[in-house]
Amino acid sequence: MTLRFASLVAAAVMAAAPAMADLVVPNYSYRTGPYAANGTQYADGFNDYFTLLNERDGGIGGQKVLTPECETAYNTEKGVECYESLKGQNQLVVAPLSTGITYQLIPKVSADKVTLYTPGLGRTSSKNGAAFEWVFNAPANYWDGASVAIKYLLDQNGGSLEGKKIALVYHNSAYGKEPIRTLQELSKKHGFTLTELPVDAPGQEQKSQWLQIRRDKPDYVLMWGWGVMNAAAIQEAANIRFPMENFIGIWWSGGEVDVEPAGAGANGYKSLTFNGVGMDYPVYDDLKKHVIDTGKASQDGQYVGSAVYSRGLYAAVVIAEAIRKAQELAGTPEVNAEQVRAGFEALDITEARMAELGLPDFGQPIKLSCANHGGDGHARIQQWDATAKKWTLISDWIAPDAEVLDPLIAEDSEAYVKEAGITPRCN
Amino acid sequence: MIYREAGDFKTTYQADSQTFPLRLDRLGYYALLAVAFLVIPFVVSDYWATSVLVPFLIYAIAALGLNILVGYGGQVSLGTGGFMAVGAYATYKLTTAFPDVSILVHVIVSGLITALVGMLFGLPSLRIKGFYLAVATLAAQFFLIWLFNKVPWFYNYSASGQITMPERTVLGQIVTGPATPAWVKYIVCLTFAVSLAWLARNLTRGTVGRKWMAIRDMDIAAEIIGVNPLQAKISAFAVSSFFVGIAGSLFFAVYLGAAEVGESFGINKSFLVLFMVIIGGLGSIFGSFAGAAFLVLLPVFLKNVLVGGFGWPTDLAAHIELMIVGALIVFFLIVEPHGLAQLWRLTKEKLRLWPFPH
Amino acid sequence: MEQLLYASEIVVNGLMTGVMYALVALGFVLIYKASGVFNYAQGVMALFAAMTLVGIQQGQVPFAHLINALTGTHVSHFGWNVPAVLAIALTAVVMVLLAIAIQKLVLQHLVGQEPIILFMATIGLAYFLEGLGDVMWGADVKTLDVGLPQGISDAAEALTARLTGYGFFIDRLDIWAAVIATALVAALVAFSQYTKQGRAMRAVADDHQAALSVGISLRFIWIMVWSIAGFVALVAGIMWGTKSGVQFSLSLIALKALPVLMLGGFTSIPGAIVGGLIIGVGEKLFEYFVGPMIGGATETWFAYVLALGFLVFRPQGLFGERIIERV
Repeated sequence: MTLRFASLVAAAVMAAAPAMADLVVPNYSYRTGPYAANGTQYADGFNDYFTLLNERDGGIGGQKVLTPECETAYNTEKGVECYESLKGQNQLVVAPLSTGITYQLIPKVSADKVTLYTPGLGRTSSKNGAAFEWVFNAPANYWDGASVAIKYLLDQNGGSLEGKKIALVYHNSAYGKEPIRTLQELSKKHGFTLTELPVDAPGQEQKSQWLQIRRDKPDYVLMWGWGVMNAAAIQEAANIRFPMENFIGIWWSGGEVDVEPAGAGANGYKSLTFNGVGMDYPVYDDLKKHVIDTGKASQDGQYVGSAVYSRGLYAAVVIAEAIRKAQELAGTPEVNAEQVRAGFEALDITEARMAELGLPDFGQPIKLSCANHGGDGHARIQQWDATAKKWTLISDWIAPDAEVLDPLIAEDSEAYVKEAGITPRCN
Repeated sequence: MIYREAGDFKTTYQADSQTFPLRLDRLGYYALLAVAFLVIPFVVSDYWATSVLVPFLIYAIAALGLNILVGYGGQVSLGTGGFMAVGAYATYKLTTAFPDVSILVHVIVSGLITALVGMLFGLPSLRIKGFYLAVATLAAQFFLIWLFNKVPWFYNYSASGQITMPERTVLGQIVTGPATPAWVKYIVCLTFAVSLAWLARNLTRGTVGRKWMAIRDMDIAAEIIGVNPLQAKISAFAVSSFFVGIAGSLFFAVYLGAAEVGESFGINKSFLVLFMVIIGGLGSIFGSFAGAAFLVLLPVFLKNVLVGGFGWPTDLAAHIELMIVGALIVFFLIVEPHGLAQLWRLTKEKLRLWPFPH
Repeated sequence: MEQLLYASEIVVNGLMTGVMYALVALGFVLIYKASGVFNYAQGVMALFAAMTLVGIQQGQVPFAHLINALTGTHVSHFGWNVPAVLAIALTAVVMVLLAIAIQKLVLQHLVGQEPIILFMATIGLAYFLEGLGDVMWGADVKTLDVGLPQGISDAAEALTARLTGYGFFIDRLDIWAAVIATALVAALVAFSQYTKQGRAMRAVADDHQAALSVGISLRFIWIMVWSIAGFVALVAGIMWGTKSGVQFSLSLIALKALPVLMLGGFTSIPGAIVGGLIIGVGEKLFEYFVGPMIGGATETWFAYVLALGFLVFRPQGLFGERIIERV
């Protein structure tokens, strides 16, 4: 018995080492802890797309994709442990769905030469490929998000926000503080006043913040929340009868789990998104045929089509396309991490290509280069319909205000360059 | 038979008061140290060094510090996370302000700064006792986290409020930053852990330690026999915070390399270290290491067995892992309420009598 | 004048929030009073109770995920819905069973141990229950709806608008919470004052040995106390679960109860209520007046500083028992 157990442990520690030929794209998921509800759906979408590629096309370029899953619980230490344990498995891309873990890994991936892909999260200035060689955050980042939200509001107000009051309710952490600088710049430019309302994690108790909103009557409320904070904020907004159509969340505050607890009160709530929603895309037919009906879906496919699931799927799509590009450039299907980085940098997902993938207009065209690791940063607005229980896209793609963002990105990446002592590339 | 002394023939006080009275123990200890310093660095894999041994050693230092306060001084503290943050931020500020001074000096100075902060938050202990004292340290915990999150000076005005450790070298060898070899991290942490454990051992068996224990056992009685409670309690807070500050400093500089205050040094960290101390055994140096090992190694081990060995879904494995850890804590308590250290002590007692227990 | 009105609105809401904190703190006090155990698992018990309630209500198959993983089946729901009242009753039964299990498997083996060891046992319990809840019911967010109303109370707004010219915001859920908490405390006090078991419980709280010597069954009392605490956890779970959905973070409300406990005293039921009210009002007012000057989000730490301030003057909490120490 002891011997059997010991051998089992030995086997476990060695872990199921994949055949070297397979493409390893680990799924840094969190299905436990305070953010499990969102993390689970994202991880399912991520897994299912690669399962689809394996089942339908036999992988990418004939190479099967493995997605060994590692539970991070949104905890930086566990995330680092996952990274170290997967390093031995020749991982091609690291995509942790956590800004905290991303910051841990940015210096590490540069030293270990692995691509870090953080769509819509992480360190915003990593858009600047000259400073961040190994990090990609296409198609959009937090500052894009802040700018797009303001642009949308400008549109709503006939081009002027002069004298308007905008409140920002944010998760009191690195993630939540991201948009502040951008919004401050934008408030100077467009003449609106910005009130910042921090909410400490986990954020179940937000009465003070919402009482203040009720008193101050801001015209619009923006939210950078995550986990239970989203649901609590939307509930409190409904409680004080804040007009929901004036309440806009970042994409991470735009999942079904965030609005459903508030029931009918959440009707009309808006959020940003950089991916399509719903299941009206041809890829879902294939997904149903090859993955869901054959019982291979992650967690029985209970979240297929949800907003966060779609985002996980989108991340997988971009990674798969980058690997395809890398194979093309390297001329061999067996690519390594360094070649995948080159694939990312040469990534060019056109509208036609998205349609070919069965996802027409699901995401914006992405064209990356040595200097641009972040794409164009477009985003759209989705609105929650509480009776139909679904998100509807209500705007077209909106471009961020590069005039404001570019200097900020340059400033922050310069700070990084100086701190890390690197020479910028791309000259 | 082998594991015992043949009678009590000590002729000097030194022999009488040594840490390991049994020769076998002593040899075992030196052998362990030799293996830790001379063998492991050459054979350890990167994964084991960075994700298992380094966190284990750092948590052991933190647990040692907290054990001085809780186990020897009898003062409950739930502010460990906050004090670790002080150590981390002190290191960051110092090393960015004085890049030319050795990082090792900065780590120790960070410990001293944390000691000052700890003394400040230890003052209410003169008035408040027992579980109620936890409120003072909890106030420290939440206030410090809030402070580091709110005041941009602490994180050098970076956009997101994260702090990142720049590369530093000692004797030409990189010891912090992403390019650090795994074995160097391990050696740095091991050196600190061993010297601090040595310090703790010698403090706790000397006058200072005896004063702490007198206060712990009954403060009024201690006061009557001439122990100054102010001195004893505040010194316990200071020494404890010094250890915890060094742990926080290493945690940030050597282990993680970047940190966000609420996430890395939150209240969970305080609880985790307290659990280590209690599970390992209050008032025991060995217990601090055992408790840290239990709570660092067990989850990693279980994860590898359940996910890697049985191929279970990661979420199910994570939940079952929680259940197993919880059940084991309760099981150990029922078997031996005084922690792993007592279990070890009993084993040694039994060995001593073996094979003739009567 | 306007400032004053805003401040009084905040005071009212602070009181309401205080009641919500007190609901969580009550469970701690009950167990501490009767058995001297600081029950770290109280927050997790609230989470577990709320999860069980939603699970029963929606007819979820317990351990569905585990069963599916082991046998390859795809079960999730029984396909029925249980009415809220029945579901609450069933959950209460589950909490009693849990109390019996805790007594039989844990506490019984630790009789007479030091408080810190019993505290640690509850840490183990917290880990275990957290895992068990997730394995049984899954870790996704669940919407808890037992028919409690939520949102601004129009009556209160109209009334205050007529009286002062400014309509106060009062959440209907908070009003319900206040009513339920009052009923709960009244019931607890009546129980401990006027019933035989209640008196026995107080006797045990006073002196274990003396209670044993007059023939009170410690085992029974402990099961009873843990059952009541489980029920209080259920009530707290319902309230907080209705507010923000049932998920992992629900267990963290225990952190909100800690300063309340320390302020009110670990051994006093009125203390928990008064402590909750003081903390609720104090942190809200501080956030309103001082918060904007120093950057906000002060509530987490101010609650503790406030409690600390009180404790410096009364080291055993406002209503705690003064222990006379002798050498």
